[in-house]
Amino acid sequence: MSQNTMNLKVKVWRQKNTNAQGAFVTYDVAGISDEMSFLEMMDILNEKLITEGGDPVAFDHDCREGICGMCSMYINGKPHGPWQANTTCQLHMRAFKDGETIVIEPWRANSFPIVKDLTVDRSAFDRIIQAGGYISVNTGNAVDGNSLPIEKQNADDAFAAAMCIGCGACVAACKNSSAMLFLSAKVSHLALLPQGAPERKSRVLNMVAQMDKEGFGSCTNTGACEATCPKEISIANIARLNSEYLGASLSAE
Amino acid sequence: MTFKQMFTSSVGKKFVMAFTGIFLVLFLVVHAGLNACIWAMDGGVMFNKAAHFMGSFVVPRVLEIGLFLGIFLHIIQGYMLTLENRSKRKVGYEVNYSKGSKWYSRSMAILGTILLMFFIIHWKHFWIPSRITGVAEMDLGNGFVVHNLYGVMQDTFQNIGVVLFYVISCISLGYHLAHGFQSAFKTIGVHNKRYHALISTIGYGFAIIIPLAFAMMPISFYLHWVK
Repeated sequence: MSQNTMNLKVKVWRQKNTNAQGAFVTYDVAGISDEMSFLEMMDILNEKLITEGGDPVAFDHDCREGICGMCSMYINGKPHGPWQANTTCQLHMRAFKDGETIVIEPWRANSFPIVKDLTVDRSAFDRIIQAGGYISVNTGNAVDGNSLPIEKQNADDAFAAAMCIGCGACVAACKNSSAMLFLSAKVSHLALLPQGAPERKSRVLNMVAQMDKEGFGSCTNTGACEATCPKEISIANIARLNSEYLGASLSAE
Repeated sequence: MTFKQMFTSSVGKKFVMAFTGIFLVLFLVVHAGLNACIWAMDGGVMFNKAAHFMGSFVVPRVLEIGLFLGIFLHIIQGYMLTLENRSKRKVGYEVNYSKGSKWYSRSMAILGTILLMFFIIHWKHFWIPSRITGVAEMDLGNGFVVHNLYGVMQDTFQNIGVVLFYVISCISLGYHLAHGFQSAFKTIGVHNKRYHALISTIGYGFAIIIPLAFAMMPISFYLHWVK
């Protein structure tokens, strides 16, 4: 298979630190193979910048195989770029055309302050998880793996919700900067399983309270989050979260 | 947890929108049903009787208080949520993400504002004359005299500008309902796929049929389909 190479313009958001004024800077990147991943293209851009004595573009990345949730670029008006059910690291340059200008922005939300350039601070998600995204397990001998019977549908739905990698694309895509798809995935995956039952009510109340404290917006069910989620987390989880919250808040003392 | 904490959380604020929204949906059914009496082709007798019942019987009068509370709660909470949600992203995007959602789902506040303007004019046309400033009476015989609101409709809808404004408002209502109906049920927690599919279908049907019925009313008077 022959490779095609392309020359591109990359319009990137550059911002020195959280409090600095940011701006777009346009760079030329030449000789990009269509078989490269998007992050490899960014690596080439950064090598060029370093060679020229400039400051490389800061962006988050880790596993580069679509499972860690670190990559976070908002590419041409969509989190993680144009492909469906895909992370930025799994986006390949064949998605673009020779001569195209690619606009790359960081996740934009007050709750995700920019650390530098395209890197944002997503520790708000960690604090939401800490508020209730756990289960209590007794110490002692480990129980047999399959000793607890779980209905197949619940197991499947819980697993689908547990696919959430916490990348924050839902917040970036949402016009309200709402974290509800993330939160609903975390609440659903434990609420559907017997292991999550003891903290079921306190979990949803505490996690919603923490989400509000972090300054995310509320959900208006537009569906943008679901459409851009690299793990295709269903928006039905948000309705389940609402149901969990309604029940827990009405029955709480 | 107090009720205040519950209804002022981000999820609770949406409960307020959803519960008031569903209440207003029920109101639309009653309003459209009663107004359909204009098509009885009896010169407005049945319509004026129905309007008289709604204006004089204690149950609809009490429900009317609930209706006004529901409308104002929905409007005020809606604007507060819109402003609050907008404030959550101080720096906007160069390229907005519009493919993942429907334009009307993102435009509920604008559609709602058109509806608010409509309500003010609509109240001025009918509710205020009927309740406060007075309208011509219709004698139905045996001393049974009712407000001739049918006559007010006939007069009001001779103006093409008014008719067009009502039709545009009905279209706004249709799109507001196309998102709002199914979204309200999601917000109060309907996540069962079977029921959600059913509610979505009913919601889209409702969003077409009810605004269409309302839009046909001024059109019917303007084109003299009803006399």
